[in-house]
Amino acid sequence: MIAIVDYRAGNLTSVKKALDHLGVESTITLDPDAVAKADKIILPGVGHFSSTAMLNESGLQAAILARIKDRVPFLGVCVGMQWMFASSEEAPATLGTALIAGKCERFPPHVKSPHVGWNSLLCEDRSRLFRGVPSGSFVYFTHSYRAPVVETTVARSEYGGEFSAAVEKDHLFGVQFHPEKSARTGMQLLKNFCDL
Amino acid sequence: MLTKRIIACLDVMAGRVVKGVQFQQLRDAGDPAELAAAHSEAGADEVVLLDVTATHEKRATLIETVRRTAWQLFIPFTVGGGIRSLDDAMAVFDAGADKISINSAAIADPSLITSIAERYGSQAVIVAIDAKRVGEDVSSRERAESGIPHDRTSDGRARFEAYVSGGRKPTGRNAVAWAREAAERGAGEVLLTSMDRDGTGIGFDCELTRSVSEAVSIPVIASGGGGNTQTFIEVFERGRADAALAASIFHFGLRHLADLKQELIKAGIPMRWPC
Repeated sequence: MIAIVDYRAGNLTSVKKALDHLGVESTITLDPDAVAKADKIILPGVGHFSSTAMLNESGLQAAILARIKDRVPFLGVCVGMQWMFASSEEAPATLGTALIAGKCERFPPHVKSPHVGWNSLLCEDRSRLFRGVPSGSFVYFTHSYRAPVVETTVARSEYGGEFSAAVEKDHLFGVQFHPEKSARTGMQLLKNFCDL
Repeated sequence: MLTKRIIACLDVMAGRVVKGVQFQQLRDAGDPAELAAAHSEAGADEVVLLDVTATHEKRATLIETVRRTAWQLFIPFTVGGGIRSLDDAMAVFDAGADKISINSAAIADPSLITSIAERYGSQAVIVAIDAKRVGEDVSSRERAESGIPHDRTSDGRARFEAYVSGGRKPTGRNAVAWAREAAERGAGEVLLTSMDRDGTGIGFDCELTRSVSEAVSIPVIASGGGGNTQTFIEVFERGRADAALAASIFHFGLRHLADLKQELIKAGIPMRWPC
């Protein structure tokens, strides 16, 4: 069973719908015990970085980190990926988890923000998440803050400079874009995660 | 590279897609869920479902339509028409919409933009603006010479006025200034319709689009007047639109949508292709 973690940050039905379409069992949950029993965890994200503070307050963060330690595959989406970094300029008072080193920053002022729409990816061959997804594929983004390109970056995108579109470190995966809204490319990627 | 978006719009009445000629002679064009999926296959970057009845008693039908449409759609999905409160918005999000579009209700109570954005994020809130030209008394040369701003008439009135209630009621508000306020209040995108061009196919109002696009830092979706490929090239280049909305059913057959994207690529407009 895949746990889709609900942290009251907007609409989670689209992630669940995509997994249903793939025929994969999943549940949307606020319950740390359900997370503790999950085979895989997805942390979706829409909205503000500060909403991830709720994860810490509710005990969900501890449950997720414990599962990550047990080598359970984890996928953070959008703000869910930014939560894997140390912090974000969007909410300096809210700390991320520093599973990946680095800090999320605002887009430079010379480009429109939020970055909304379909942008192309420059993928690394070594990625398990991007198996069968060719470099140059388009995915749907909607965000105002971006993660830097780091050692664990497996897909980059360009908008007012390069940023991390996806990170991957062992069983930890993060995507800045929305695979559940990225047509065939996104479905392939979700399938790759579910098949791990 | 960030691509320009082509957004397919479905007008829905009582659970069916309809299309009329200047709001008359409405014809049944099919099932919203099937048509949305077909547009996604053909290469639409997003789908907008607009409830053109939007009366209170029909809300339950709309929610069911949204649910069915969202079920098989894996590209961004926006729902507009008749959303007057946070509760209305929540019902539409729960049914599977990724974004909502608000127009009259946002003008009546601009704080609605903020309250929906705080709950669902700015990326989920599109403010739709129906704009009409009200002053054509100044030539562009006179403008340049006398320094009259491009969004004002010679007597200082708004040149592009925002209308509500499906284009029936003028608000007295400058569409450009309203777009700026909507963005400041938390809108994530502006859906800008030129009432003068709507349904004509003669081209988007690039001047209006550019005025709004330069006034706000959020993406602008141009609507009204889309016709041949050239009209799209112009709105992306001269109008600085981030996306263009196409009432696709009759103006654009499904085949045309794919052709349009390929022709735009040939013209140097970045497009998502293949889809």
